[in-house]
Amino acid sequence: MAHLVIHKEKVNPENIRKVLDICPFGGLTEKNGTLETTAGCRMCGLCVRTGPEGMITKEEDVVLPAVDKSAWKGIVVYAEHNGAAVHNVTLELIGKAAELAAVTKEPVYAFLIGSGISDTAKQLLRYGVDKVYSYDYPELKDFIMEPYANVFEDFINKVKPSAVLVGATNLGRTLAPRIAARFRTGLTADCTRLEMKENTDLIQIRPAFGGNIMAQIVTPNNRPQFSTVRYKIFSAPAPVETPHGTVENMAIEQAKLKTLVEILSIREKEKTADISETDVIVAVGRGFKTQADTDMAKELADVLGGQIACSRPLVENGWFDAKRQIGLSGRTVHAKMILTLGISGKVQFAAGMKGSDCIISINSDPHAQIFDVAHYAVIGDIYEIVPKLTALCREAKKNAL
Amino acid sequence: MNIIVCVKQVPGSSEVEVDPETGVLKREGFSTKLNPYDLYSLEMSFSLREKYGGTVRTLTMGPPQAKAALYETIHMGADEGTLLTDRAFGGADCLATSYALSQAIRKMEPYDLILCGKQTTDGDTAQVGSELSEELGIPNIGNAVAIEKQDGFVIVTQNLDDRVVVKKVPLPCLICADSEINTPRLPSYRRSLETSEESITVYTLADCPDQDKSHYGLLGSATNVERIFPPEKNTDRKILEGSSEEVSAQIFGLLKNGKYV
Repeated sequence: MAHLVIHKEKVNPENIRKVLDICPFGGLTEKNGTLETTAGCRMCGLCVRTGPEGMITKEEDVVLPAVDKSAWKGIVVYAEHNGAAVHNVTLELIGKAAELAAVTKEPVYAFLIGSGISDTAKQLLRYGVDKVYSYDYPELKDFIMEPYANVFEDFINKVKPSAVLVGATNLGRTLAPRIAARFRTGLTADCTRLEMKENTDLIQIRPAFGGNIMAQIVTPNNRPQFSTVRYKIFSAPAPVETPHGTVENMAIEQAKLKTLVEILSIREKEKTADISETDVIVAVGRGFKTQADTDMAKELADVLGGQIACSRPLVENGWFDAKRQIGLSGRTVHAKMILTLGISGKVQFAAGMKGSDCIISINSDPHAQIFDVAHYAVIGDIYEIVPKLTALCREAKKNAL
Repeated sequence: MNIIVCVKQVPGSSEVEVDPETGVLKREGFSTKLNPYDLYSLEMSFSLREKYGGTVRTLTMGPPQAKAALYETIHMGADEGTLLTDRAFGGADCLATSYALSQAIRKMEPYDLILCGKQTTDGDTAQVGSELSEELGIPNIGNAVAIEKQDGFVIVTQNLDDRVVVKKVPLPCLICADSEINTPRLPSYRRSLETSEESITVYTLADCPDQDKSHYGLLGSATNVERIFPPEKNTDRKILEGSSEEVSAQIFGLLKNGKYV
């Protein structure tokens, strides 16, 4: 990008008309006896080259100095935990971070915030991180944005990691943007693939624009680079017998832990049937004409001892609770067996289930995108097939008893 | 309580095109709608206004036609709308978007509360609300399911993954509403008749306190879309064919082999 600079001292009533005539786009106008550019300017430079010497010059916009990438080292995973156990998404990200770090031979760190978390830190070491940076303060027991953000900022300033991976939990999805904005750097949400370039640029791939397209995103001129990744997109590594890493306890000024926000109450949620924890899923989509029709899918799920799930449109029209939605804006599942019924299978949906071991998809449209991820593609009418299939399963179950 | 609700106009369907050169979304010529997630934050703002008085102003950034989304918010019940539009804002990522919004909000002071939706249906990042709060330097709470006012504070119920937390937060602050927390009202026909052009203010870069173009749009974005590509396909798949009886039997066979029946 560039812009024109008009040197007013060289503008006089004699040459002003001549210059205005030079521009074929109406990109210059006379105002208060001098020249100004207008929205018509196309930056062609004609006025610069053929106008009076030095009256108009083309100046390149100041390009901010590129970040010194060598000053930023290591891939860090923000360790989410419930006061004792580490969230599985953190372990999955540690596994991915190790793969990424192998490319550029960088260390892998875990970054831990909380109160009374020395056991949690040890737990993280078992997953092969080189170092756990731990901020252990009573004020950090529960998540409150400002102290957490201040601690995050302190950590980044002291350790200067090249990349920061955060689990896309409700907490991670609100914390990560706050820190990325504080460092005025890039953050890519819900990455489904991560790769590392030799120059430490993190390749972040995510479905975009409703999921018809995958976008490969980089943060080429800023550090650190932030990504969030959903639960169950990557696989957790096996714990090691003898961890090689160490725990570093970090200190921060008390003033940075202060906040006017106060926690009044915390209530643990009741564990409800979670589709991301179940082995068998019957997922329904827009192929069902009415809400009542989805009962046949529910019957099939019951016979198979599985859970019913759905695609986004069925949540949007109120047929199902959002907890049952598979996809990037819902849950990610890693089922042993998933049957998709009447689901077109936009990437948005597919990204939430394609890690499943066996995918059987029934759709009447032979070109349905779901068949791109299915292991078994069934082109047919769910209204015909599902009741027959349920009957077969029920029969087999009865005979087994 | 004076509330600003940030909204977005999104494509009416997911069938959108992307400029393969720049990786920028082509918005021209497609149907559009108000981001469905914004309906919950709008409804939340209206019920807060009913309870505590004050005003609801809506703000969006987008092309000139994004005015339609603002009119919809006014027909639902917003008092007025502000459109932030300038060629310099085009191609903005979350960082540049939240920065531009923060500049508009500085022009809209004073306010008590900024409400955002959980996410949009086009970008799906759920990042702009939290980034915006950082740009403004005010507290923020995500996934809010309920808000009550108490002197200079709000009592916010926050839905985290495994727990529900109630927090007392000083005003001004920014809150991102969770989805499905209320039943959004429909636009009112009478209000649509009463709405005049003056209900919408248009801001451009010239109105922003920060005039440095490099902080906005593509230039102000930290992320860069390197390439876009169609999703990979699973080529190793079997096609089951035949009558519905035959196909059902084949699927049953698969389930049986997997010991699911």
